[in-house]
Amino acid sequence: MRKTLRASLLGLALVLGATASAHAIGPDEVMDDPALESRARALSKGLRCVVCQSENIDESNVDLARDMRLRIRELLKDGKSDADIRSFMVQRYGDFVLMEPPVKPSTYALWAAPGVLLVVGIWALVRTLRARSASAAPGSDPTAPAPLSPEEQERLRALLDETPQENR
Amino acid sequence: MSTSTRTLLFRVLPLVALGLLLGLFYIGLDRDPRNLPSTLIDVPLPDFALEPIPDRGNALTRDALLGEVSLLNVFGSWCVSCRAEHEELVRLRSEEGIAIHGVDWNEKDPRDGADWLRRNGDPYVLAGQDPDSRLAIDLGVTGAPETYLIDPCGVVRYKHSGPLTKEVWDDILAPAVKTLKDAPCTARVPAQEDVP
Amino acid sequence: MIVELGHYCLVLALFVALVQAVVLLTGAARQRADFMATATGSSLALFALVGASFAALTWAFVVSDFSVLVVALNSHTDKPLLYKISGVWANHEGSLLLWVLILTAFSLAISLLGRNLPPTLRSRAIAVQGLVTAGFLLFILFTSNPFWRIPPEAIPLNGQGLNPLLQDPALAFHPPLLYAGYVGFSMAFSLAVAALIEGRVDAAWARWVRPWTLAAWVFLTLGIALGAWWAYYELGWGGWWSWDPVENASFIPWLAGTALLHSAIVVEKRNALKVWTVFLAVLTFSLSLVGTFIVRSGVITSIHAFASDPTRGVFILVLLGLTIGASLILFAWRAPQLEGGSLFAPDSKEGSLLVNNLLMTTAAATVLIGVLYPLVADVLNMGKLTVGPPFYELVFKWLMIPTIVLMAIGPLLPWKRGDLRGALRKLTVADAAFVLTLIAVIVLAGADRYWTAIGLALGVWLATGTLTELALRLRGGRMPPRATWGLVLGHLGMAAMVIGIVCDYSWRTETVQAMRPGETRHLAGRDFTLLEADEVQGPNYTALRATVRLDEKGREVAVLHPERRDYATSTMPTTESAIASNGLVDYHAVIGESSGDGTFAARFFYHPGVPLLWYGAGLMALGGLISLTDGRYRVGAPKRNTATRSRKTPS
Repeated sequence: MRKTLRASLLGLALVLGATASAHAIGPDEVMDDPALESRARALSKGLRCVVCQSENIDESNVDLARDMRLRIRELLKDGKSDADIRSFMVQRYGDFVLMEPPVKPSTYALWAAPGVLLVVGIWALVRTLRARSASAAPGSDPTAPAPLSPEEQERLRALLDETPQENR
Repeated sequence: MSTSTRTLLFRVLPLVALGLLLGLFYIGLDRDPRNLPSTLIDVPLPDFALEPIPDRGNALTRDALLGEVSLLNVFGSWCVSCRAEHEELVRLRSEEGIAIHGVDWNEKDPRDGADWLRRNGDPYVLAGQDPDSRLAIDLGVTGAPETYLIDPCGVVRYKHSGPLTKEVWDDILAPAVKTLKDAPCTARVPAQEDVP
Repeated sequence: MIVELGHYCLVLALFVALVQAVVLLTGAARQRADFMATATGSSLALFALVGASFAALTWAFVVSDFSVLVVALNSHTDKPLLYKISGVWANHEGSLLLWVLILTAFSLAISLLGRNLPPTLRSRAIAVQGLVTAGFLLFILFTSNPFWRIPPEAIPLNGQGLNPLLQDPALAFHPPLLYAGYVGFSMAFSLAVAALIEGRVDAAWARWVRPWTLAAWVFLTLGIALGAWWAYYELGWGGWWSWDPVENASFIPWLAGTALLHSAIVVEKRNALKVWTVFLAVLTFSLSLVGTFIVRSGVITSIHAFASDPTRGVFILVLLGLTIGASLILFAWRAPQLEGGSLFAPDSKEGSLLVNNLLMTTAAATVLIGVLYPLVADVLNMGKLTVGPPFYELVFKWLMIPTIVLMAIGPLLPWKRGDLRGALRKLTVADAAFVLTLIAVIVLAGADRYWTAIGLALGVWLATGTLTELALRLRGGRMPPRATWGLVLGHLGMAAMVIGIVCDYSWRTETVQAMRPGETRHLAGRDFTLLEADEVQGPNYTALRATVRLDEKGREVAVLHPERRDYATSTMPTTESAIASNGLVDYHAVIGESSGDGTFAARFFYHPGVPLLWYGAGLMALGGLISLTDGRYRVGAPKRNTATRSRKTPS
């Protein structure tokens, strides 16, 4: 019944939110050494729950997440480093288990995307601004819209008149 | 680049992006985003030794699996889909003669698994308990049922997630079992250490 | 019988929508005033039909007619009335019907309020709305029909209930607001497509697009905030945003809509950026549709995606392709005709609004890429991976810094001519506030808190800069227009959010422990004492209810009652956290399972600054609403226009 959460979650209707958080990390799991415990918390916040997915194992109430949390604490007690523990999980579950995608050939595009988009955007922006501030006289632009017809001008004026435009 | 090519680019690029997006979605519709591939394929099983299910003979260890092609089935009495595949497992054991070993995963009480097998039939050669997901995590289990195809050298050759049906056996597992019976032992990567 | 009537109305609505689109498009193309005059009537009929259909479904939920499949799966006789009603849209089928109802409501609104629009533009916009409505009605009728019955022999005695997590007032209103936002962007879309058909965009067009976009943006802001608020108090660990694909699906159109809101100002005031604004209008609604697809099709793993169904996926995909594809083809074809516009200096107000657009669209694109990347990697066989909060947080940290800087400077720049130096000179007070905050945080919290210091200082800088703008406008004793108040409130809201987010990220703490009644735990300057924990009986659940006293320096400040509920219809217990707030910082108490030996798992959280998030969202929405009431953007028809309206306007 407990692991069929997987099935019931699939059917869980609607928008924002997540699962019942009846038992995220519990008091019985807490380590005596506060330094190790805070490392354990940080590690489990960076690992995805593989049963319910899109939740980290620290917040998840699934039994497997709890067992993973306990396993992490066990490894910490054995003196493993954070990197060791992350690769322990990656070896078993693949990159999927990491909330932060690793930087490697398959994710170069992802990590580069925001920067590339911004650079391309800045390039387009600079071009636009240059074109806009160019001293080209209006009317010399062949793509400029056709001038307004008298009726249209009147309509436009009517619109603009009744709500005085404030300019600073 | 001239202004007109740039505006042309701006006009056409969104369409190209939309085309890619739709193509991506179309392929994506056929895929199950929840299906996680195993990292253990062609990798030797990790070492393990599980206590047997109460009143059920020997422990389930890695060494006990060696020497023949076998299936390692992760189940639990709490798992509804496990009930669905159970008849097929019983049939496989009696008709196909393949060794199936059971990992009774995450029971609240060790007797639950024993009772469940008594009620539903027992297809397993060996069945061990994994109450704290020790083996489950090492195998990369994401839910029950899951079934691993193990070659005679203890190397994982295939993983099936979800209920094992006759179709899965006929189409995938049976042919694989046939080839593995005569294949020499090869593992692509050494067995995983506890921590690299 | 009523259910069948609702079904019948829906089928009829499909035909009305199709006829409406054909008649209005023909009417606009042939300048037939009699054809175009049917717009109001047909919009009214469409709204009435879909409304009747929605009412019929609501009736089925209220009277618990379990012969209707959707009702049987999502309702229960024991449910309080409010949640029976909210159950109508707490499922795929009903929520889509609500989606279409809102769509037809917007069509009706534009047909009633848009009488001052040129008749052809109005007709075409309503026709586009009609086509989108028809598409979604087809989708509902063929793949997601809420009126499907269960065979009489299979009718259950009671329903399967609504997920107890969703039985919450905030969540009852979250979807309607969110949809009003998503769907509201269809107005900008339809007006953009209509303008593309006409081949012209002018200041007047922008003046019609802005209020609709603003209204949709306000709804979406409130909808997202309500969802975040719900997650914050309901889910039990005080998380308000987890960058889940479904959350992102609402955030992407919000970012694009924010860009549209700002670029429409330039079209209106300066008759520039027309092509770009039309593109943004198409893009924003398209992203709403893509978001709908992501949520409904199951292509992306999300904890709260709707149950997936391949036929539905293909259907929405076709709908998506037709709607967005057609509008983008139209755009590619007609965009050159919209070129032109006035000139401005790079460091003018127009320039700053363009930079805003660059940042907002980059942010929207980044989130979209983050959502889609796991799918891309999977399809290209590059392995399964997760794009989680660390990715977004890193990117947003760097995108928000220039955004905040710009938000204070932009409003102070003049139109057309550049005067960056003048704007910066006006910001000396803000500069001083920035430096003071920076120093104060470094001194009080330590130099390793430099990100906290920078974040808080930026927030304070934005608030001060925005108030400077207001002060300058008020100087001279003239009341600034309401749109200015909208700007000030919106930007102040953003400042409040930035400060709240930085505080929560920097200083939130929590403690988890097993406690016996009578024991006390200390957290962030408060003492939490578990007084007692009892079983209580709710309307459709039993609960463990704890009493926790909160003391500050030995003085009682609050008594909290967290609960852990077991609903009869669900196997998953839910937690109801209790929050004590002083308006700036929140303390949560959450009660967990009893371990049997007289102890209870108790979790206490300290969330400083989170209330500022809600104030911020409220200020943004309020700013939007005040802008909406500005005479210049009022949705209704300006009176003087009646004279010009009757005149034939060539398209």
